[in-house]
Amino acid sequence: MPGPTLRTLVLVASALVLGMPLSTWVAEPANRIIVLATGHTLRDSGLLDVLIPLFEKKTGYVVRPIAVGTGQALAMGKRGDADVLLTHDPEAEAPLVKEGYLINRRQFMHNDFIIVGPAQDPARIARTKSAATAFRQIAEAKVTFVSRGDDSGTHKREQALWNAAGLSPTRPWYVEAGQGMGATLGIASQKQAYTLTDRATFLNLQKTLALKILLEGDPALLNLYSVMEVNPAKHPKANHAGARAFSDFLISDEARGLIRDYGKDRFGQPLYFLGPVK
Amino acid sequence: MELILEGVFTAFRLVFSGDADVWAITRLSLTVSGAATLIALILGIPLGIALAMTRFPGRAIVVALVNTGMGLPPVVVGLFISILLWRSGPLGFLNLIYTPAAMVIAQVVIAFPIVAGLTMAAFQTLNPKLRLQLLGIGASRPQLLWLLCKEAQLPLLAAVMAGFGGVISEVGSVLMVGGNIKGQTRVLTTATVLETSMGNFGIAIALGVILLTLAFGVNFILTRIQQREQIRWPRPS
Repeated sequence: MPGPTLRTLVLVASALVLGMPLSTWVAEPANRIIVLATGHTLRDSGLLDVLIPLFEKKTGYVVRPIAVGTGQALAMGKRGDADVLLTHDPEAEAPLVKEGYLINRRQFMHNDFIIVGPAQDPARIARTKSAATAFRQIAEAKVTFVSRGDDSGTHKREQALWNAAGLSPTRPWYVEAGQGMGATLGIASQKQAYTLTDRATFLNLQKTLALKILLEGDPALLNLYSVMEVNPAKHPKANHAGARAFSDFLISDEARGLIRDYGKDRFGQPLYFLGPVK
Repeated sequence: MELILEGVFTAFRLVFSGDADVWAITRLSLTVSGAATLIALILGIPLGIALAMTRFPGRAIVVALVNTGMGLPPVVVGLFISILLWRSGPLGFLNLIYTPAAMVIAQVVIAFPIVAGLTMAAFQTLNPKLRLQLLGIGASRPQLLWLLCKEAQLPLLAAVMAGFGGVISEVGSVLMVGGNIKGQTRVLTTATVLETSMGNFGIAIALGVILLTLAFGVNFILTRIQQREQIRWPRPS
């Protein structure tokens, strides 16, 4: 054998592999696992890191949160690759509920989208109150706008706003990042460009960004989060009992308290509000 | 510049304060990539030897496939393994998606061609007469393989290093098949991506520093072994 050192190395490597708790390697029984497909924003804001451990402790389920963007999360639900979904795109959710892929949709919390951009505000959008008008001004001034470009809930809302403005944005001033909200905000900051963001992610990252909130409060910027369960009649393998337990947990008093207070200590304002409307 | 310094300080603080999350992430990185490298060696070395020492129809195609596989893009591997392991996929019944086991599978697919290709190269550089000599002095087939492996051990160590280095540093496949779940499938690379996107650049740099240190440490040990066993060229007198 090629020397004692290599032998030690193999021993150490084997010990490392064998030393992991067996649970790391053996798949949990499927009925204890809940696959939660969600948009990036909920994970990035840290809310899930508060809610999931409490739920796991109370119920003994193991939650696997997969942050993929609302469009992809809905696709996972439709295919039956998830048990429960947390998404924020009412227009895309409704048809899946209607076709019976997803059931028991509950709009359990909301916050809002905001338009952020450079402090100089070259397109003068801070004077307007309407998101559609602001988008039109950005297009007229041809100031760089960074889009998520990833089929997420935020991206869908942005596209709806361009539609409302009667415009289809074009390059070169319109840039598609194809990444999560955090990365997109980073690009907007570096390019001193405008972008649409959810308030929670922006507040979280504000200290690292050279961007300001320029437009807020338009009712068209309401951001509604829904929880939905994958229909066990369509996908018998889905863990419906677990999905229902998680979705019921989100509207329990305990979870509502956590959601209502989340972010108050760090930002002096809550990141999410309970229920479907203000 | 301050950011980099802050990151390095954060790295030291996290490592020496024994931050539980960081340790768990580091350990999982080592375990998943270590296991994947080990399995890739078990599969790749025999294939590499076979390709170097035998001739069969279609060998050229297999060699070309292995050589292509040495540069397999991790995201493509991640995509295919995901589709196979998804609950709706053909191997969905195994319930492996979003587990460390799934990450090992993906990394084996990445590391296995690297190991096979480098093993093949190592054996092809051996003097073909050696094989005849060994057979001539009456070595049995297993003995022959063993002796040839000993002869090729230095390039074989390079295969170990390249395989491990390839998987410990990849992010594409582990992100897709593991899902980057906190406390379950989060490894150094996926945690670095996440912390960067969340604007925690200090922690992101710290994780990067830990990853680099690990890769350096493993390669340093292997290089020491490799160089110690190296033939000592006589000094010119």
